[in-house]
Amino acid sequence: MKTGTLIRHLLSHLLIIALGLLMIYPILWMIISSFKPNNMIFSDTSLIPKAVTIQNYISGWKGYAGVSFGKFFLNTLLMCVGAVVGNLIACTMAAYAFGRLKFAGRNLWFGVMMVTLMLPAHVTIVPQYILFNAFGWVGTFLPIIVPKFLAMDAFFVFLLVQFIRSLPKELDEAAIIDGASPFGVFFRIIVPLATPALVTTALFTFLWTWDDFFHHLLYLTNPPVFSVSRALRTFVGDAGAVSNWGAALAMATLSMIPPFILFFSLQKYFVEGIATTGLKG
Amino acid sequence: MRRQQTGIVTFIRRNAVAYIFLTPWFLGFFVLTLYPMLYSLWLGFTDYDFTQPDSTQWIGLGNYLKMFGPIWGLSQFTTSTGEVMRVDPYYLKSLSVTFTYVFASVPLKLGFALAVAMLMNQKLRWVPFYRAVYYIPTLLGGSVAVAVLWRKLFERDGLVNSFLETLGFTDLPGWITNPKYAIWTLVLLSVWQFGSSMIIFLAGLKQIPQEYYEAASVDGASKARQFFAITIPLLSPVILFNLVMQMISAFQVFTQAYIIGGGSGGVLNSTLFYTLHLYIQGWTYHEMGYASAMAWVLLLIIGVFTVIVFRTSDMWVSYGTGE
Repeated sequence: MKTGTLIRHLLSHLLIIALGLLMIYPILWMIISSFKPNNMIFSDTSLIPKAVTIQNYISGWKGYAGVSFGKFFLNTLLMCVGAVVGNLIACTMAAYAFGRLKFAGRNLWFGVMMVTLMLPAHVTIVPQYILFNAFGWVGTFLPIIVPKFLAMDAFFVFLLVQFIRSLPKELDEAAIIDGASPFGVFFRIIVPLATPALVTTALFTFLWTWDDFFHHLLYLTNPPVFSVSRALRTFVGDAGAVSNWGAALAMATLSMIPPFILFFSLQKYFVEGIATTGLKG
Repeated sequence: MRRQQTGIVTFIRRNAVAYIFLTPWFLGFFVLTLYPMLYSLWLGFTDYDFTQPDSTQWIGLGNYLKMFGPIWGLSQFTTSTGEVMRVDPYYLKSLSVTFTYVFASVPLKLGFALAVAMLMNQKLRWVPFYRAVYYIPTLLGGSVAVAVLWRKLFERDGLVNSFLETLGFTDLPGWITNPKYAIWTLVLLSVWQFGSSMIIFLAGLKQIPQEYYEAASVDGASKARQFFAITIPLLSPVILFNLVMQMISAFQVFTQAYIIGGGSGGVLNSTLFYTLHLYIQGWTYHEMGYASAMAWVLLLIIGVFTVIVFRTSDMWVSYGTGE
């Protein structure tokens, strides 16, 4: 019996490891290929490169239309930070109202918020574009950042509402008896206790803004404001041909570093966030 | 008297506080959601062109006829304004591409995610580490970087073909450039990103009491029987949730299709996804009235499918505790 379990576990480990290697092989290959000379990327499929060069990184870093990748990274980072700050402020405020405060029309507005959760972005994108264009915002980061300050990511409002509702109500009540205002309760009780959910919100906001392409394609219309994902697209020609594979893979590899760092340093929040609310990845 | 007044004041104050906290959301909802929705509904009945908004005309169901006209063999028609409009020869293609993708990728992805989750739901060491590794494709999968990588992998002389050649296959196609296979590379890309479904399944599996399986084993039920009699019914709410979420996002896939097709629908429009077609119509051709109409049809399609899934879920989802 004991040996049977042991063998079963061993087989499971082997299966999981083999499958896992297959899963991440493309990414490993990409990282390694980015260090291969351009003419060997096609011919050399092994993980151990026959020649190593950083030429791809040098030529890729030059960027597009005279703007370097350094600028693209800075742009993306700026947008991500703006988006995170916006979501943290606006979504937490909305979630506190929905999750804790009693007010006329609460169920109605909560229902409306839940409906917007399911709404495909495309039904609002054309008028939003027309609107932002009228404001003169096309070609700036504002169309990406401003909606975050207006709690437009209903996903996070929902996540935070769920979390805030799970906090013991006695704490608020005790604070109110002690003379705290609803604002005091918000800042001194809800925000500190909701930290895990806030980290999850910040994490996914950062990642989704980092990886977003559709909105960047629409609004970041000239090279000085390009994001990393928008800039990576310039490696792929209009007919789909790629002229400089080495540089494309090198910059693609660099673009994966921030998500990687966040993922491995904050793994716990990832798993909790996904498991409790089913955040799409 | 005074007591009543304080009551009213408190009432107003209580509501005011909540509405202060909701101000950003309200502003966003009215300005960036409700108004745009109604506006795009209206645009859908016009020939709004972004470059010449002043000549916008109401064309009734013209945009909708432009989409679905080919079903009745129409190639052009006259709108109420007397304007002759050509039907969109690619719309139905984009619809079929998207449906193929949704119906293939969602079940495959969920099946794979469940299989891996069950494999991980054993008392094994290092499961958190394995789970992290399996999540990596999902972490990066939606990015342009991975879409660029995918192009490289599935080219005629890409990594996948090199692998297959070492296994003895010859005469391999360029998967991306062959209209028969191109969409399947995207289905595979979607299945590869099974990570979040897997984590949700894993959390669901952990909720199932181990005693059920032990009792079933004592009664002599096979593993397969246990899977269908215990795992599936008890996991069904989680399956429903994953199904709905994955379906909704599969209908809207854009980035991967855009990059793999190089900004177009690929060879013979074989990867002309719905949202890609919408983007091309709206932003390449500036036909934003038509793009808006397309967006509303997409909303209806997603809505109808979501309702269908929920309606049929009565038949296979059990919310009982299993007692």
